[in-house]
Amino acid sequence: MKRGGLTREGWIRLAVVVAFVLAFELLCRLGVLPRTVVLPPSEMATSLWHLLETGEFTADIVSTLQDVAIASALSIALGFALGIAIHALPRLRATLEPLLASYYAIPTFMFYPVFIVVFGVSDRAIIAIAVLLSIVAMIASTLTGLDRIPRVLRKTAAIYRMGLARRALLIDLPAAAPHLFTGIKLAFAYAFIGVIASEFILSGQGIGYQIAYAYNNFENRKMYGLMLLVIIVATVANAVLDTIDRRLQSRLRR
Amino acid sequence: MTAASDGAASGVEIAPRDVHAQLRGVTRVFPLASGAGLHALGPIDLDLYHGEFFAVVGPSGCGKSTLLDVLAGLSPPTDGTATFEDKPIDGVPDGVGVVFQEDASFPWLTVRDNVAFGLRRAGVDEAEIKKRVDYAIGFMGLRDFERAYPAQLSGGMRQRVCIARTLVLQPRLILLDEPFGALDQQTRLLMGDELLRLWRETGATVLLITHALDEAAMLSDRVGVMSARPGRFIDIVETHWPRDRDSRIVSDPGFGAVTARLWEKLRVESLKLMGTRP
Repeated sequence: MKRGGLTREGWIRLAVVVAFVLAFELLCRLGVLPRTVVLPPSEMATSLWHLLETGEFTADIVSTLQDVAIASALSIALGFALGIAIHALPRLRATLEPLLASYYAIPTFMFYPVFIVVFGVSDRAIIAIAVLLSIVAMIASTLTGLDRIPRVLRKTAAIYRMGLARRALLIDLPAAAPHLFTGIKLAFAYAFIGVIASEFILSGQGIGYQIAYAYNNFENRKMYGLMLLVIIVATVANAVLDTIDRRLQSRLRR
Repeated sequence: MTAASDGAASGVEIAPRDVHAQLRGVTRVFPLASGAGLHALGPIDLDLYHGEFFAVVGPSGCGKSTLLDVLAGLSPPTDGTATFEDKPIDGVPDGVGVVFQEDASFPWLTVRDNVAFGLRRAGVDEAEIKKRVDYAIGFMGLRDFERAYPAQLSGGMRQRVCIARTLVLQPRLILLDEPFGALDQQTRLLMGDELLRLWRETGATVLLITHALDEAAMLSDRVGVMSARPGRFIDIVETHWPRDRDSRIVSDPGFGAVTARLWEKLRVESLKLMGTRP
């Protein structure tokens, strides 16, 4: 019952979520939560189904997912490369480390006017903000991953007479993989947040823009339908990444 | 550098046995940031004979591991010469296998793939890999864990994986750097038996670094006692055990005599070490 099926904790978690949704539904139906404020979950779902069926927002959905994909890919690739470079230069690292540690204390979004000036109101401005938000998570995870490679594995590589490139590929990379994957997971989450939030303020399309647009026009059904979509996409993506992450983590010693 | 130490070391090297690896005047000095050097080891003279089991004991920080690194070709001596099978050691020599104290198994590979790793690197053909890996896995009692990942195994089992991984390469000289240091006493004694079995079966020369006097006394043909840093051999004790010995040798009357002699020398060196501590 461990593999494939849900664990006991899994069932309890599922029960809590279902109970919460049902209670939410009930409060809406009884009028405790007014319809002008929030819709019952069942109506959010039918609204989302309707939106997907009519294809009204297909272009926006594609645009958002595309931006998230590009921003994640850029953050992961650049963050990994920068992480390796910073790890190789201890002096640079000593200088940068306090900055990296306090990076997420800065609200990166406040720089949006700068990006509009540089890139205009475009996908590029959105991607730039999302990358800025997510790249540091990847850099930090790369540094941790490289730090945690046991010295004895390097010695073992020397015993097998491996060159630097071979060692990097066959020893360092798989040894650091669990930490790198945590970085990938975080980079994706931050990129998703970055793209949706940027679309609210500097875009003419995308899911974030359409949520803001629906809000301004009192179109509650559309707004909540799209919000539900964002929640579903984020949850599913995170669940998939988390499963891989946990499998990798379980191979770490102790 | 004292006369006593030279006398003790040269006194044993009389039998015209076949030398497998040799150290002559080997010294290791580590450069320090201050510009001075840390004299870690030597000068060391050592003849390792073909097929013998040689253990090295010494106080902590005496350069035991540095000695092993020199023989493994991992760090060249600052001074002196090191040879293996009459060739100077320059880089990791062919035919030398090393087992470290720390768990060096690859956590991302199954036990079987861990054991096969070196053979795949060397480009050995698959049929031969299968044969040798099957043998090593059977020999080390890992048959039921072939598909397991190291994280699912105990410390002793992981060390077996590392030994099997070395064994498949059919090394002629096996260097072990405190391989059982992280294991509990019972497991250590049993692993010692495994090691003796492996040594008999393969006919390889074994150099074992250990801080456990009983382990050294029980396993070895000869035990070299090292001084406090800079490490030099101050005594080499011959045990005269039969080749088909095992851990039950600890109840042999001669066993106490060997450990007593080892401790007599080592005690003085360990006291020196404690005395120099701030």
